[in-house]
Amino acid sequence: MSAYLSIRNLTVRLKNGPVILRSVSLEVAAGQVHGLVGESGAGKSMIGKTLLGTLPRAMEITAGEIWLDGTELLSQSPADRRRRIGATAALIPQDPLTALNPSKRIGPQITRRLVDILGWTAADADARARELLDEVQIPQISRVMRSYPHELSGGMRQRILIASAFAAEPKLIIADEPTTALDVTVQKQILRLIRNMQHRHGTALLFVTHDLGVVSKICDTLSVLYAGKVVEEARMQRFFMRPIHPYSQALLAATPSYLDPEGSLMPVPANVIDAVEEEVRFHDIRAGTR
Amino acid sequence: MTALRNILIRLSTTAVTLFGVAVIVFVVIRVVPGNPIAMMLPPGATDDDIARLEALYGFDKSIFQQFLIWGAGVLQGDFGTSISLRQPVADLVLGRLPATLELSIVALVMAMLLGGALALMGTLYRDTTTEAAVDVTAGMALSIPDFLWGLVLILLFGVLWPIFSISGRVSPSLDFDFATNFYLFEALLRLRFDVVGHLLSHSFMPALALAIPLAAIIAQLLKQSLKETMHLDYVTLARTKGYSEQHVITREALPNAVLPTLTLIGVQFTFLIGGTVIIERLFSYEGLGNMAIDAVINRDLPLIQGIVILFALLFTVINLLVDMLYVVLNPRLRHA
Repeated sequence: MSAYLSIRNLTVRLKNGPVILRSVSLEVAAGQVHGLVGESGAGKSMIGKTLLGTLPRAMEITAGEIWLDGTELLSQSPADRRRRIGATAALIPQDPLTALNPSKRIGPQITRRLVDILGWTAADADARARELLDEVQIPQISRVMRSYPHELSGGMRQRILIASAFAAEPKLIIADEPTTALDVTVQKQILRLIRNMQHRHGTALLFVTHDLGVVSKICDTLSVLYAGKVVEEARMQRFFMRPIHPYSQALLAATPSYLDPEGSLMPVPANVIDAVEEEVRFHDIRAGTR
Repeated sequence: MTALRNILIRLSTTAVTLFGVAVIVFVVIRVVPGNPIAMMLPPGATDDDIARLEALYGFDKSIFQQFLIWGAGVLQGDFGTSISLRQPVADLVLGRLPATLELSIVALVMAMLLGGALALMGTLYRDTTTEAAVDVTAGMALSIPDFLWGLVLILLFGVLWPIFSISGRVSPSLDFDFATNFYLFEALLRLRFDVVGHLLSHSFMPALALAIPLAAIIAQLLKQSLKETMHLDYVTLARTKGYSEQHVITREALPNAVLPTLTLIGVQFTFLIGGTVIIERLFSYEGLGNMAIDAVINRDLPLIQGIVILFALLFTVINLLVDMLYVVLNPRLRHA
């Protein structure tokens, strides 16, 4: 099995409520970047949350399997799953302003998990943190490690979070809209940084975004999600050349073009929405979830 | 530099506050009915006797003149002489202060331990019946005032199961010479844990009675802010790093969630000290509050003034300490 991460028929619903993820299957090969695209509310982030075990308590997994490096996660005890995730995967969160603990210095926020969870010595963890901070081009590393989050800019904080995600040399990183909260000039740098880091470390990356432009720059494969259902799964080149699903085609058409801002901003047509809704309903009836 | 300036401003407002308190107390206790001189003399004393005694204590002068005389004394550290106890007020009050301070601190520690434990339990088992049980417990604890808790505790642990001592600060049987009036701290520092145990068996019930309502407030507020903090991104990120729920709550969420609770504890601690007045009476505990009630009953004006000024000073000092603690604990305030 070549896929490092393999999600099979994952179904998540609100307890006694609507279905959030409808039998989602996707694979991320080792060292590859897989994009997860969809509009707000499509359930992109929920896939990452289910994987990392941070699903809100009001939600439950009703079916499916998650294979990470040849081990099925959902059949393990919560404590085992948590340790396994902590040791092999990492998250680059969406909002760098809220993802660092405001009452702790930067240094320990990177090194503590290496010591606590992975059993490194404090000196090794410290050296590793410095190495990674240097790699993400943080200046004055000693000063930054002694700083509190509020003393640093958003771009700096996102670099720190990226360094922290790569620190334990995970095999899989989930990036949950890592550039959405940053302003456009910083977005580009951060995106380039993530891509370079991913290349250098050979990490599999699950990249969650609503931005097809970003996907085209960074991903090898992608899944398009609508209403919690994967409507298309494709390799990058094929997707941008010949999108198969009408919803994918509409999404591509809706991507604004810098050269033609007025004409290119096309909403997804109503008949396409209706058709996808119909498809989702059909799936629900067949799966008996409605 | 600004820190020093802030402290100076705080100290000067404290001085104004204390002056205001002094004026109000001085006037009010002289305006309300009840004459200290009448309390001292046997029935049938002549007007002459009364006049002589009034002159002796200066009550024949106007309130303004009396205030000036008293104020001049206070500025030199002389708070006058107690009418009923015939000793310098400063000695009396400072002699009793340690007892009340120790009781309040034991109560505060109890309240923080109890309230903190309840809040952590409610957060760990949030959205379950355990959390509902925590809410109900806190609600009940809060809806009964401290002196009623005192009575309940006396009935439970003084009468039904006589485990703890119900009266006084020490038993007369205790064979130990204290060098200071800080009995508990002194026993701790001298590592006499048998004496510490004895003292705690005396202060346990009054302290618990004071602690229960505060513990309930701490439990409610801390649990609320912990639950809000648990949704924040850095807490989620800590979870994905492989940390247990207990670790995430105590190490990631608690240091941030505890800040509003600390401010509240600062305010509530002064209420708790106010509560010692009744509780000390209830448990015959030889502290300031008990002395205050005696002073009021005896119309011992100089003693009342001394005690009230000391309480006011205590409250402002506590508020100052809480503000300073807040800056230490919250790194975002350090550069402000």
